[in-house]
Amino acid sequence: MLFVNLCMQGLLQGGIYALIAIGLTLVYGLLRILHVAHAGLYTLGGYIAVIVTNTTGSFSLGLMTSMLAVGLVGMVIYRLIYQPILDKPPFVALIASIGLFIALEEIYRIIFGPYGITFAAVPLQGAVNFAGTYLRECEIAAVLLATLLIAALTLFTKHSRIGIAWRATVTDPEMSQSFGVDVVKVRYLNFFIGSAMAAGAGSMVALMNNLVEPTMGSVPSYKALAIIVLGGLGNVRGTLIAALVIGIAETFGTIYLGDYLDRDSIAFAFLILVLMVKPTGLFAKG
Amino acid sequence: MEYEISLLTIMGISIIGALSLNIIVGFCGQISLGHAAFLGMGAYTSAILTKMGVPFAAAVLAGMVVAAIFGILVGFASLRVRHDFLAITTMGVAFLFLGIVRKQEFLGGEMGIAMIPDPGLGKVGYMILVLLLALAVALFSIYLKRSWMGFTFDVVADDEDTATLIGIDVSSYKLIAFAIGTAFAGLAGALYAHHVKFIDPESFNFVESITVLSMVVIGGAGSVWGVIIAAAALSLFPMWFQFIDQYKLLVYGGLLCAIMLFSPDGLSGIFTRSLANIRGRESNASG
Repeated sequence: MLFVNLCMQGLLQGGIYALIAIGLTLVYGLLRILHVAHAGLYTLGGYIAVIVTNTTGSFSLGLMTSMLAVGLVGMVIYRLIYQPILDKPPFVALIASIGLFIALEEIYRIIFGPYGITFAAVPLQGAVNFAGTYLRECEIAAVLLATLLIAALTLFTKHSRIGIAWRATVTDPEMSQSFGVDVVKVRYLNFFIGSAMAAGAGSMVALMNNLVEPTMGSVPSYKALAIIVLGGLGNVRGTLIAALVIGIAETFGTIYLGDYLDRDSIAFAFLILVLMVKPTGLFAKG
Repeated sequence: MEYEISLLTIMGISIIGALSLNIIVGFCGQISLGHAAFLGMGAYTSAILTKMGVPFAAAVLAGMVVAAIFGILVGFASLRVRHDFLAITTMGVAFLFLGIVRKQEFLGGEMGIAMIPDPGLGKVGYMILVLLLALAVALFSIYLKRSWMGFTFDVVADDEDTATLIGIDVSSYKLIAFAIGTAFAGLAGALYAHHVKFIDPESFNFVESITVLSMVVIGGAGSVWGVIIAAAALSLFPMWFQFIDQYKLLVYGGLLCAIMLFSPDGLSGIFTRSLANIRGRESNASG
């Protein structure tokens, strides 16, 4: 029973990681930028969800507002931070992004206080018996949301005209531009969708822990980077699989390796191991 | 007075730390996001050895050797993976280091190591020692930059493929850069441990790695003077202006972001450009 339980906890954790990491890998696929500040948006998503839920009393409204608002913030970040340095060497954007992330965390601390905020009345806490183990409603909701968003993203990129233009831009920006695709709009769309997904993850984690604190994004931020590198940088399917694998590896690792390694470094141990064998990640493109 | 002495000691240690990373990032062009791990290795090695009764100098030396050995191991990673992959790998190394240290009893675990022996030089003596070592590392950096090895590092940093093409053994030079850089990082870490007398995993966390990196980047990667000035300024500012201490990280983050946006080559870039501007104006005026 422990085995099933661990698997489910791992998949749940992996689903949350996937929601954060997919936004990162989308940005990398399009612009070759390691967008560390992405996790800052995940934290912001949590804050907005809690604040809106507490004022209106509706978590679904909070979730929607948070995804929409953070999506817009993502677009602003692209415009203000990344667009001016697109033609600079890659480490420039990386360091700018780390700087932005540190600054964002500090801004949250100054605005919302260092101890974090909680829901006035936490929704979705009832336990559900699920194949012999108990899951909380909010955990099921998190898995559903992750599945829904990832499925919607896949359908959107596979079948809609905008999605096809998006994929074309990722493959060859110049060629798609000469076919009339507005590359700048694609970038904005990319940041909107990626950031909104991170906000979704932030809202669900806020709900599961009933806590949003300024440093909530620190660990997921770097772990999501490990995940997208494992997934082969820019590969959405690879990222999804890598997220689930890391989620499961962590839950099992905590039980069996807990005496030697702390939980948060398991992902990195796994990453370094894989990179030494296959330097382009598990699922490299091409 | 005691406060100022401590301040200058920390400044000297920061300069050594930043210059050590500058050799890897600035000279050889290999991005490293996990430098604090090597400071940590030097600090932990030296702290444990002196507690076991090994003399100060030998313990610090051992710290440098341990850091360099692990540095070469990570250097091997830089041969396998490049650019963004390397950035994430080095970051992974730093998290792995913390993750392992946190769980080891003999390294003090979460509690860290306290009561690290005093080297017995007195506060002023220790400050002078640290500043002299910082001077030595600075002189070595300048010498290295102007040596043939420095030029080779330049080529590797600029264009690895071309470097290979003209017959440079890129792999060995990368490993040398990592070995020298991490050895000095070990020195900085060991000096830090004996200065504050207490270390724990949090002293070498990711923010510390970024702090060291920000010194290099804000100073201008590759410029010895720029890095020294940035390291001195960034390590002194928060202590002089107590009121920004609370916003220290906000200032760091904002500065990193702003420098990258407006002058990716840092202070030294600003300096070189304004110098060129002044010269340009002078020659215009005379001509």
